[in-house]
Amino acid sequence: MKKFMFVNRKPPYGTIYALESLEVVLITATFDQDVSLVFLDDGVYELVKGQDTAGIGIKNHSKTYRALEGYDVEKLYVERESLAARGLTEDDLIVDVEVLSSAEMADLMAEQDVVLSF
Amino acid sequence: MLHIVNKSPALTRSLESCVRLSRPGQSLLLIEDGIYAATSADTVASLKHLKLYVLQPDVEARGMKGRIVEGVAAVDYAGFVDLVAEHSSNQSWL
Repeated sequence: MKKFMFVNRKPPYGTIYALESLEVVLITATFDQDVSLVFLDDGVYELVKGQDTAGIGIKNHSKTYRALEGYDVEKLYVERESLAARGLTEDDLIVDVEVLSSAEMADLMAEQDVVLSF
Repeated sequence: MLHIVNKSPALTRSLESCVRLSRPGQSLLLIEDGIYAATSADTVASLKHLKLYVLQPDVEARGMKGRIVEGVAAVDYAGFVDLVAEHSSNQSWL
Protein backbone atom coordinates (compact mmCIF):
# COMPACT_ATOMS: atom_id res chain seq x y z
CA MET A 1 0.00 0.00 0.00
CA LYS A 2 1.31 3.42 -0.96
CA LYS A 3 0.69 6.74 0.72
CA PHE A 4 -1.10 9.08 -1.68
CA MET A 5 -1.60 12.73 -0.85
CA PHE A 6 -3.95 14.94 -2.84
CA VAL A 7 -3.10 18.62 -2.48
CA ASN A 8 -6.03 20.92 -3.25
CA ARG A 9 -5.20 24.60 -3.73
CA LYS A 10 -7.97 25.96 -5.99
CA PRO A 11 -11.45 27.35 -5.25
CA PRO A 12 -14.32 25.00 -6.13
CA TYR A 13 -15.99 26.29 -9.33
CA GLY A 14 -13.68 28.62 -11.29
CA THR A 15 -11.73 25.68 -12.70
CA ILE A 16 -12.31 21.93 -13.01
CA TYR A 17 -9.46 21.07 -10.60
CA ALA A 18 -11.56 20.60 -7.45
CA LEU A 19 -14.01 18.22 -9.11
CA GLU A 20 -11.27 16.28 -10.90
CA SER A 21 -9.40 15.88 -7.64
CA LEU A 22 -12.47 14.34 -6.02
CA GLU A 23 -12.85 11.91 -8.92
CA VAL A 24 -9.23 10.75 -8.66
CA VAL A 25 -9.48 10.47 -4.86
CA LEU A 26 -12.47 8.15 -5.20
CA ILE A 27 -10.66 6.03 -7.81
CA THR A 28 -7.54 5.78 -5.64
CA ALA A 29 -9.60 4.80 -2.61
CA THR A 30 -11.14 1.97 -4.64
CA PHE A 31 -7.65 0.47 -4.95
CA ASP A 32 -7.26 0.32 -1.14
CA GLN A 33 -4.46 2.86 -0.95
CA ASP A 34 -3.60 5.12 1.99
CA VAL A 35 -5.25 8.38 0.90
CA SER A 36 -4.85 11.82 2.46
CA LEU A 37 -6.50 15.01 1.28
CA VAL A 38 -4.92 18.34 1.99
CA PHE A 39 -6.56 21.74 1.55
CA LEU A 40 -4.28 24.74 1.24
CA ASP A 41 -4.58 28.32 0.00
CA ASP A 42 -7.88 28.83 -1.91
CA GLY A 43 -8.43 25.07 -1.70
CA VAL A 44 -9.99 25.63 1.72
CA TYR A 45 -12.95 27.26 -0.07
CA GLU A 46 -13.81 23.81 -1.47
CA LEU A 47 -14.95 22.79 2.02
CA VAL A 48 -16.97 25.84 2.99
CA LYS A 49 -20.54 25.16 4.17
CA GLY A 50 -23.58 26.61 2.42
CA GLN A 51 -22.52 26.26 -1.22
CA ASP A 52 -25.54 26.68 -3.54
CA THR A 53 -24.77 26.27 -7.23
CA ALA A 54 -28.37 26.42 -8.50
CA GLY A 55 -27.72 29.80 -10.11
CA ILE A 56 -24.60 28.83 -12.05
CA GLY A 57 -25.74 25.52 -13.55
CA ILE A 58 -22.89 23.47 -12.11
CA LYS A 59 -23.29 20.48 -9.83
CA ASN A 60 -22.64 21.28 -6.17
CA HIS A 61 -19.87 18.80 -5.46
CA SER A 62 -19.20 20.02 -1.92
CA LYS A 63 -21.56 17.36 -0.57
CA THR A 64 -19.31 14.66 -1.98
CA TYR A 65 -16.72 15.43 0.72
CA ARG A 66 -19.21 14.10 3.24
CA ALA A 67 -19.40 10.82 1.32
CA LEU A 68 -15.63 10.22 1.46
CA GLU A 69 -15.95 8.48 4.81
CA GLY A 70 -17.96 5.77 3.03
CA TYR A 71 -14.91 5.07 0.87
CA ASP A 72 -12.61 4.88 3.92
CA VAL A 73 -11.10 8.25 3.06
CA GLU A 74 -10.90 9.77 6.50
CA LYS A 75 -7.66 11.75 6.47
CA LEU A 76 -8.60 15.32 5.64
CA TYR A 77 -6.14 18.02 6.60
CA VAL A 78 -6.47 21.79 6.38
CA GLU A 79 -3.66 24.27 6.87
CA ARG A 80 -4.37 26.65 9.75
CA GLU A 81 -2.66 29.60 8.04
CA SER A 82 -4.82 29.23 4.91
CA LEU A 83 -8.03 29.23 6.97
CA ALA A 84 -6.96 32.21 9.05
CA ALA A 85 -5.91 34.24 5.99
CA ARG A 86 -9.47 33.88 4.66
CA GLY A 87 -11.32 34.62 7.90
CA LEU A 88 -12.51 31.00 8.17
CA THR A 89 -12.56 28.57 11.07
CA GLU A 90 -13.07 24.83 11.33
CA ASP A 91 -16.76 25.51 12.11
CA ASP A 92 -17.23 26.94 8.61
CA LEU A 93 -16.33 23.62 6.98
CA ILE A 94 -18.71 20.96 5.69
CA VAL A 95 -16.67 18.01 7.05
CA ASP A 96 -14.52 17.19 10.06
CA VAL A 97 -10.88 17.91 9.33
CA GLU A 98 -7.61 17.97 11.16
CA VAL A 99 -6.16 21.48 11.24
CA LEU A 100 -2.36 21.52 10.95
CA SER A 101 0.28 24.23 11.01
CA SER A 102 2.44 24.80 7.91
CA ALA A 103 5.33 22.97 9.59
CA GLU A 104 3.17 19.96 10.47
CA MET A 105 1.82 19.92 6.93
CA ALA A 106 5.34 20.02 5.48
CA ASP A 107 6.27 16.99 7.61
CA LEU A 108 3.18 15.10 6.47
CA MET A 109 3.91 15.92 2.84
CA ALA A 110 7.47 14.68 3.16
CA GLU A 111 6.21 11.26 4.38
CA GLN A 112 4.19 10.52 1.23
CA ASP A 113 5.05 8.13 -1.58
CA VAL A 114 3.01 10.07 -4.12
CA VAL A 115 1.83 13.68 -4.07
CA LEU A 116 -0.78 14.78 -6.61
CA SER A 117 -1.54 18.46 -7.08
CA PHE A 118 -4.87 20.02 -7.95
CA MET B 1 11.40 15.77 -1.74
CA LEU B 2 11.55 17.74 -4.99
CA HIS B 3 9.27 20.76 -5.28
CA ILE B 4 8.49 22.07 -8.78
CA VAL B 5 7.15 25.58 -9.45
CA ASN B 6 6.06 26.66 -12.94
CA LYS B 7 4.44 30.05 -12.34
CA SER B 8 5.93 33.51 -11.97
CA PRO B 9 5.87 34.71 -8.35
CA ALA B 10 4.32 37.96 -9.63
CA LEU B 11 1.35 36.07 -11.04
CA THR B 12 0.47 33.46 -8.43
CA ARG B 13 1.39 32.55 -4.87
CA SER B 14 2.60 29.08 -5.80
CA LEU B 15 6.20 29.85 -4.88
CA GLU B 16 5.14 31.43 -1.58
CA SER B 17 3.10 28.34 -0.65
CA CYS B 18 5.94 26.07 -1.67
CA VAL B 19 8.34 27.95 0.60
CA ARG B 20 5.87 27.86 3.49
CA LEU B 21 5.41 24.09 3.15
CA SER B 22 8.97 23.04 2.41
CA ARG B 23 11.59 21.80 4.84
CA PRO B 24 15.28 22.68 4.96
CA GLY B 25 17.39 20.53 2.66
CA GLN B 26 14.60 19.74 0.20
CA SER B 27 14.98 20.67 -3.47
CA LEU B 28 13.18 23.21 -5.64
CA LEU B 29 13.22 23.18 -9.43
CA LEU B 30 11.93 26.28 -11.20
CA ILE B 31 10.50 25.60 -14.68
CA GLU B 32 8.51 27.52 -17.32
CA ASP B 33 7.45 30.94 -15.91
CA GLY B 34 8.74 29.84 -12.51
CA ILE B 35 12.28 30.66 -13.64
CA TYR B 36 11.63 34.41 -13.26
CA ALA B 37 11.91 33.89 -9.49
CA ALA B 38 15.59 33.10 -10.01
CA THR B 39 16.24 36.54 -11.53
CA SER B 40 15.62 38.30 -8.21
CA ALA B 41 18.40 38.27 -5.61
CA ASP B 42 15.87 38.84 -2.81
CA THR B 43 13.70 35.95 -3.94
CA VAL B 44 16.69 33.63 -4.30
CA ALA B 45 17.84 34.67 -0.81
CA SER B 46 14.42 33.68 0.55
CA LEU B 47 14.96 30.20 -0.92
CA LYS B 48 18.33 29.53 0.64
CA HIS B 49 17.06 26.66 2.84
CA LEU B 50 16.39 24.72 -0.37
CA LYS B 51 18.61 23.27 -3.10
CA LEU B 52 17.64 25.49 -5.99
CA TYR B 53 17.62 24.57 -9.70
CA VAL B 54 16.34 26.24 -12.88
CA LEU B 55 15.46 24.52 -16.12
CA GLN B 56 17.90 26.08 -18.59
CA PRO B 57 15.82 25.70 -21.79
CA ASP B 58 13.06 27.72 -20.12
CA VAL B 59 15.60 30.34 -19.01
CA GLU B 60 16.98 30.66 -22.52
CA ALA B 61 13.53 30.71 -24.14
CA ARG B 62 12.66 33.75 -22.04
CA GLY B 63 15.91 35.62 -22.68
CA MET B 64 16.85 35.41 -18.99
CA LYS B 65 20.19 33.66 -19.45
CA GLY B 66 22.26 36.60 -18.17
CA ARG B 67 19.81 37.49 -15.40
CA ILE B 68 19.74 34.36 -13.28
CA VAL B 69 21.18 35.05 -9.83
CA GLU B 70 24.68 33.65 -9.42
CA GLY B 71 24.89 30.30 -7.69
CA VAL B 72 21.55 28.96 -8.93
CA ALA B 73 22.15 25.58 -10.55
CA ALA B 74 20.97 25.09 -14.13
CA VAL B 75 19.72 21.74 -15.41
CA ASP B 76 18.68 20.57 -18.87
CA TYR B 77 15.83 18.14 -19.56
CA ALA B 78 18.01 15.13 -18.76
CA GLY B 79 18.93 16.84 -15.48
CA PHE B 80 15.23 17.35 -14.77
CA VAL B 81 14.71 13.60 -15.18
CA ASP B 82 17.69 12.90 -12.90
CA LEU B 83 16.25 15.18 -10.20
CA VAL B 84 12.89 13.41 -10.32
CA ALA B 85 14.62 10.02 -10.17
CA GLU B 86 16.88 11.05 -7.27
CA HIS B 87 14.05 12.21 -5.03
CA SER B 88 11.61 9.83 -3.38
CA SER B 89 8.65 12.09 -4.16
CA ASN B 90 7.84 15.36 -5.86
CA GLN B 91 5.19 18.04 -5.57
CA SER B 92 4.17 20.31 -8.44
CA TRP B 93 2.83 23.62 -7.14
CA LEU B 94 0.39 24.18 -10.03
